[in-house]
Amino acid sequence: MDNFPTLSAGVVMNTQAHRLSEKKLRKVKEKAIETLLFLAAFSAVATTTAIVAILLYEASGFFEHVSIVEFLTNTQWTPMFENPQYGILPLLSGTLVTTGVALAVAVPIGVIVAIYLSEFAPHKVRETVKPFLELLEGVPTVVYGYFALLFVTPLLQIFMPNLPGFNMLGPGIVIGIMIIPYVSSVSEDAMRAVPMSLREGSYAMGATRFQTAVNVVFPASISGVLAAFILGISRAVGETMVVAVAAGQQPNFTWNPSEPAATITAYIVQVAMGDLPHGSIAYQSIFAAGLVLVLMTLVFNILGHMLRRRFREAY
Amino acid sequence: MHATDIQTLRTLIAKHKRYDILFGIIGLLATLVGVITLLALFIDLVMGGYGRLTPEFFTNFPSRRAEEAGILSAWVGTILVMLVTVAAAVPMGIAGAVYLEEYAPKNWVTDLIEINVTNLAGVPSIVYGLLALGLFVYILDFGQSILSAGLTLALLILPVIIVATRESLRAIPVAIREAAYALGATRWQMVSDHLIPYSMGGILTGVIIGMARAIGETAPIITIGALTFIAFLPPLPGTIDPARNMPAGPFDWLFSPFTVLPIQMFNWVSRPQAAFLENAAATGIVIIVATLAMNALAIWLRYRIRKNIKW
Repeated sequence: MDNFPTLSAGVVMNTQAHRLSEKKLRKVKEKAIETLLFLAAFSAVATTTAIVAILLYEASGFFEHVSIVEFLTNTQWTPMFENPQYGILPLLSGTLVTTGVALAVAVPIGVIVAIYLSEFAPHKVRETVKPFLELLEGVPTVVYGYFALLFVTPLLQIFMPNLPGFNMLGPGIVIGIMIIPYVSSVSEDAMRAVPMSLREGSYAMGATRFQTAVNVVFPASISGVLAAFILGISRAVGETMVVAVAAGQQPNFTWNPSEPAATITAYIVQVAMGDLPHGSIAYQSIFAAGLVLVLMTLVFNILGHMLRRRFREAY
Repeated sequence: MHATDIQTLRTLIAKHKRYDILFGIIGLLATLVGVITLLALFIDLVMGGYGRLTPEFFTNFPSRRAEEAGILSAWVGTILVMLVTVAAAVPMGIAGAVYLEEYAPKNWVTDLIEINVTNLAGVPSIVYGLLALGLFVYILDFGQSILSAGLTLALLILPVIIVATRESLRAIPVAIREAAYALGATRWQMVSDHLIPYSMGGILTGVIIGMARAIGETAPIITIGALTFIAFLPPLPGTIDPARNMPAGPFDWLFSPFTVLPIQMFNWVSRPQAAFLENAAATGIVIIVATLAMNALAIWLRYRIRKNIKW
């Protein structure tokens, strides 16, 4: 207020009007900012919608040429061949086998790590080890692919001389190690949420630490641990580069982890590396494959979050 | 009590105490699996690629001859893509988090947004690649460019930044907000003058973690069709654009074809010749040093912030 000293009636009226208009302006500005912020937050919904819309749109083009029955039952996936076959089963089996191997590694180790960190480890050990586990998650997946192809597979070949250079076992193991921190941290959270009184009750009955951990804490946190498995599965299913580098990129309908194969994700990468004409069936096929991938991870994610919420509300 | 009973009880107790110790050891070993893997991976990379880490490796373009090949176009591409990613994801992420934490009313729209943020964090990265291929590359016609790649990665790390920002906003006590309102501040003044500056540390941590993730992401960028053999630099402002033989405009680089470090590595690791595998390992060292350094920085920052702030 520049004209503060001259307090004539007119000026007071003037400043009041000025103030009112300023207040109005302020309100408009606030509202505009709120709208902008809302749009930024709403972009999450827009992104999901766009993902679903693009996948459905391109996949519908694909399903005009290929029947859904053929897609789900044919055991050949050869979109690049002279006589193309479009059966998703080989890609599905590759995805499930690598995921299975990864879980066989990540679940036991992840649970043991979680029990150890939550029930056994001294405070100091936990604080030192956890950042390292977090770093394990930070390593780029293409580097893990190199590691699976040129370190883990040769290592396995010492014990299994017939193992081919490209196989699902090596990358599966590497993905498993990769998701250990994920499985262990979600499980550990669940175990820490178990109230102290349950443990004290167990100790009062003369149980040891190990007995308490296995018979009291683990059962009490089981839904959280299951959530960790399921979220781990959805991670492993979506993992791309490790399998693209080390599993051979050759669709192969098999349940044997020592054979080379392609996963859904590896197929998408393989096609995208080539120069595909926009709108061709092979181009649309990666969206159909992507749709299957999204549906799989969506089911696992929803299941995982439901279980996770359950353990949060339990106590 | 009978003497033999006490005897059996003692052996029983001793046995269970042994289990305790045994599990302590097994647990430690299981925890070390991760650390050992990390070490093995690092040693494997260094042994495989250390010899190639010469200055020329950073200043040469990729080449058919492995010994002359370098990562110039790849690291320049990575930096440019990161610029776009940060420019898009940081303001969007902070704005979205501020809305959800400070503005959002409790209704179904807010619930819908919350569910989507959680779900997007679990969508496989390659799916973002498919979205970008359909949306950015073809519908919006950005082409297979730095702009498309940067926006793709921005969408990918948006949930990371939103979650980190919300966490640090939540840590600010309500009293700060009330104090600002009591002095007549509007909601936005309170947010922009108090909340955002006070939560800067947490936001920064989130941004660094997001960037570390984005630098290593390969699948979505391959999916939008990034090329693997790029023997030129994007037309940066102030240089001559060789394609048109005239000075490059300020935004021409956004629409240039490009490659990034992880794609260069993927290309080399897919070749059978040992010399290219050596290049792949050297590129891997560069990527892993960059991401681990950023992760370590973020972990250190978070630790420091947790220690220093006491409201």
